[in-house]
Amino acid sequence: MKRLALAVAASLAAIAGSAPAQETPPVSGYQFLLPETQALQDDDFANPGMLWVELGGKLWDEPAGNGTSCQNCHGAPEAMRGVGTRYPQWSQTEGRVISLEQQVNQCRAERQQADPFGYSSQELVSLSALVMHQSRGLPMSVATDGPAASAYRRGKAYYETRRGQLNLACSNCHVDQVGSRLRGEPISQGQVNGFPIYRQLWQDMGSVGRMIAWCNDAVRAEPLAEGSQMAVELELYLRSLGNGLAIETPAVRR
Amino acid sequence: MRNTRIRVPETAAAGDIVEIRAMIMHPMDNGFTYTTQGTLIPVDIVTDFTCTYLDEEVVHVRLEPGISANPYFSFRLRALRTGKVEFAWVDQHGEKTVAEALLTVK
Repeated sequence: MKRLALAVAASLAAIAGSAPAQETPPVSGYQFLLPETQALQDDDFANPGMLWVELGGKLWDEPAGNGTSCQNCHGAPEAMRGVGTRYPQWSQTEGRVISLEQQVNQCRAERQQADPFGYSSQELVSLSALVMHQSRGLPMSVATDGPAASAYRRGKAYYETRRGQLNLACSNCHVDQVGSRLRGEPISQGQVNGFPIYRQLWQDMGSVGRMIAWCNDAVRAEPLAEGSQMAVELELYLRSLGNGLAIETPAVRR
Repeated sequence: MRNTRIRVPETAAAGDIVEIRAMIMHPMDNGFTYTTQGTLIPVDIVTDFTCTYLDEEVVHVRLEPGISANPYFSFRLRALRTGKVEFAWVDQHGEKTVAEALLTVK
């Protein structure tokens, strides 16, 4: 609770000091959780997200399509340490910014000659949880310059645009009202350093794409399709807001 | 066979009380929720969980629809002799998922 109080105080001070909101230091959603939920995330056995990480480990070794598995090219999943910190990133072959989920599917289609997984399928979220889990503790560091710059700008514009029947932009809550309460729950910065997360509301694992669609729905806007280019570019912007925060996958959130 | 996680200590001294943990990946749909398209998701639950040690049933849980997804059980067991700790989950369709671990008693 003390950490939460500090985080809240820091963000309120930033708002009061009329500093540009983006310069508030990033605070992980973990700091806004109840101690019980934090304990659930910290316990590697009780954390339900580990079920998906383990399932991802099984899929990693499983031959697909032309008989190759992820393991054949990449070796053990541990070799993926650090990879998750960079996504979404610019893909030269695709000519656009792609998410980690799309990178997994690209590998599947091109190197394994197998059908890509559905964007919100259990298989894809498990593999992406497995890869992100390898980078647990490493700081997020997505590139927002170079070829990704225009995607970053579009993501930022989306984040700051009011939408939906409630006419709210992401930033109206997650920048302007951090630490305030929305009914019983403190508003976090909307950081995505723990994704894919086990969300208690869903009783399921979800990617950033699923969360964005849920948030859209919450302000009664048309949900962005998971894996759509706009959703990926928004994910790039969200991750850039948390650059420097340690990756927590699989995080547990409300 | 569903994805499960179990934790049994590898070794224990005779008479020791050890902690056993078991979890299964299961949606535990309670029959009251709807998809985003508005169709009712029918009840789909695990109905029984059992743990057997030295061929004796030590824990039997009957699960009901109110239990949340990915049910997780933790309990204590007195280690007597070296033997298998076996876990079994049965869902409402009769599908059985099993897992086992060896507990070595020194």
